[in-house]
Amino acid sequence: MNADAYHAARIFAAPHAHGGGEIRRTMLRVQLALAPATLFGFWLYGWPAFFLWLLTLFFAQVFEVMSLRLTGNAGQVGFLGDGSALLTGWLLAMTLPPWSPWWIGALGAFIAIVVAKQVFGGLGQNVFNPAMAARVALLVSFPLQLTAWVVPLPLSGLDAPGFLDGLRITLGQIPVPDAMTSASLLGYAKTELSRGLGLAQALAAGHAPQLSWLGVRAGSMGESSALLILAGGIFLLATGVIRWQAPLGVLAGTLVPALIAHAVAPETCLDAASHLLSGALMLGAFFIATDYVTSPATGTGRLVFGLGVGLLTWIIRTLGGYPEGVAFAVLFMNALAPLIDRGIRPRILGRTRSGQPIRNAGK
Amino acid sequence: MSTSIKTLVKDGVWDNNVVLAQMIGLCPAAAVTTSGTNGLGMGLATTAVLVIANVLVALVRNIISPQVRIPVFVVLIASLVTVVDMLLNAWLHELYKVLGLFIALIVVNCAILGRVEAFASKNGVWPAFVDGLAMGLGFTIALTLIGLIREFLGSGTLFAQASQLLGASFAFLEIRVHENGGALLMILPPGAFAVLGFLLAGKRLLDTRGNTA
Repeated sequence: MNADAYHAARIFAAPHAHGGGEIRRTMLRVQLALAPATLFGFWLYGWPAFFLWLLTLFFAQVFEVMSLRLTGNAGQVGFLGDGSALLTGWLLAMTLPPWSPWWIGALGAFIAIVVAKQVFGGLGQNVFNPAMAARVALLVSFPLQLTAWVVPLPLSGLDAPGFLDGLRITLGQIPVPDAMTSASLLGYAKTELSRGLGLAQALAAGHAPQLSWLGVRAGSMGESSALLILAGGIFLLATGVIRWQAPLGVLAGTLVPALIAHAVAPETCLDAASHLLSGALMLGAFFIATDYVTSPATGTGRLVFGLGVGLLTWIIRTLGGYPEGVAFAVLFMNALAPLIDRGIRPRILGRTRSGQPIRNAGK
Repeated sequence: MSTSIKTLVKDGVWDNNVVLAQMIGLCPAAAVTTSGTNGLGMGLATTAVLVIANVLVALVRNIISPQVRIPVFVVLIASLVTVVDMLLNAWLHELYKVLGLFIALIVVNCAILGRVEAFASKNGVWPAFVDGLAMGLGFTIALTLIGLIREFLGSGTLFAQASQLLGASFAFLEIRVHENGGALLMILPPGAFAVLGFLLAGKRLLDTRGNTA
């Protein structure tokens, strides 16, 4: 859709051919791009992660259909709809702790679909990214549950929970054993810094950033394997679903300040690789900041948008109270997106940048 | 201008509800409604000020010139609020500690200046009294409702500490619904806006259903 709009801007006169693009197809491609990281997440965290993912998607779709019925728009789409709710649920599930109880997923789906999306008017009308709005609302509401990360099963040395035990964990009947919980890298660094320890000392004790590439570490499904997320992002770029401006902006916006700060104060600021590979930065860069609805309409605008997300993420991670800031940064820049669109406007067809008519155009 | 009592009450409580229809006085409606008791206390205090201010303005409406009416209203309301502030501090000290700052802010509650300007300055003492009572009642209901919903979702209780406001005989109102704590967000400011938004939508839904049926 994005690419279609891009090409459409170069077409001069009607009639226009329709590219055959559909919302459903775009959503399907994004889901395809998310699949490798998700499957890897299932392998890392076992059945509970799968159940949580399934429930979140299910509830997202149920709330979408319910909202469409209530607003009288149910006729537009079938039961499976345009796939946008499934994608929102999927993205949300990617950012939750994999062993969260079921109601976290259900409530998150409600906030994402009903409060953040349908209340604003449904697909295309929402000001804020639904998945990120739900994630932030959950994080603020239930800080305990939303920071209960588990050690990946291949590393834990404990037996993986079987199908039934996994179901019980998701239903909240079995508490997550303490032996399996662990802080994510960013959370760990934040805690150690607040205890007054230097980073070199703290990180020597465990948490090697190199593990990030492989993704075998504590975290949500969307952050554990930065490499697979990156692969999915490149797939989206190659198929023209997203364009390069926003991802580049996000990555550069975090990379540049991280490089500078780490060079100046290596004891208090994490290195650039850790910043890039930890948390939801990759997911945010390729899947969240590229949301058509909540990002600016022009390429330059998207670059500014992405840079803002990246910079704010770095600021929140380094100076803020929360260890991770992608979701907050995205919401903040979502609010600024209309302003960016006001400031950065494309040249009007047939006019110069200053708005004057182009003379001698025929020569 | 002869408006029947029934119309006035219906207007104040539902049709023209201060919070849910006129959407004024949202500052206290969002700020103090972290529990049903707080909402009720704030609503009652505002109602008291509103009724007395309405009556006083209706009494003096013919002797103040239109040019200086706003300052006169403000002085009247400010004096009343100061009195309520001191009374609460003396007799309902626990509640005062919770509502504290917001009691003083009743002065700038647009709901009061709004009713005084729009109604009491153009009507007799008796209609002004009824209007103040009805509007205050509507305000109290809205605030208590918002407070109860936020309290229920946010901390799992209903009317916590109600006995401090209403006396020990009302301790039965205090209900602990669940022990899970609840969603912190509902106690924080965004919760107020979310609940208010859903209530507004609900009222509109009821109104439109009523019209079409």
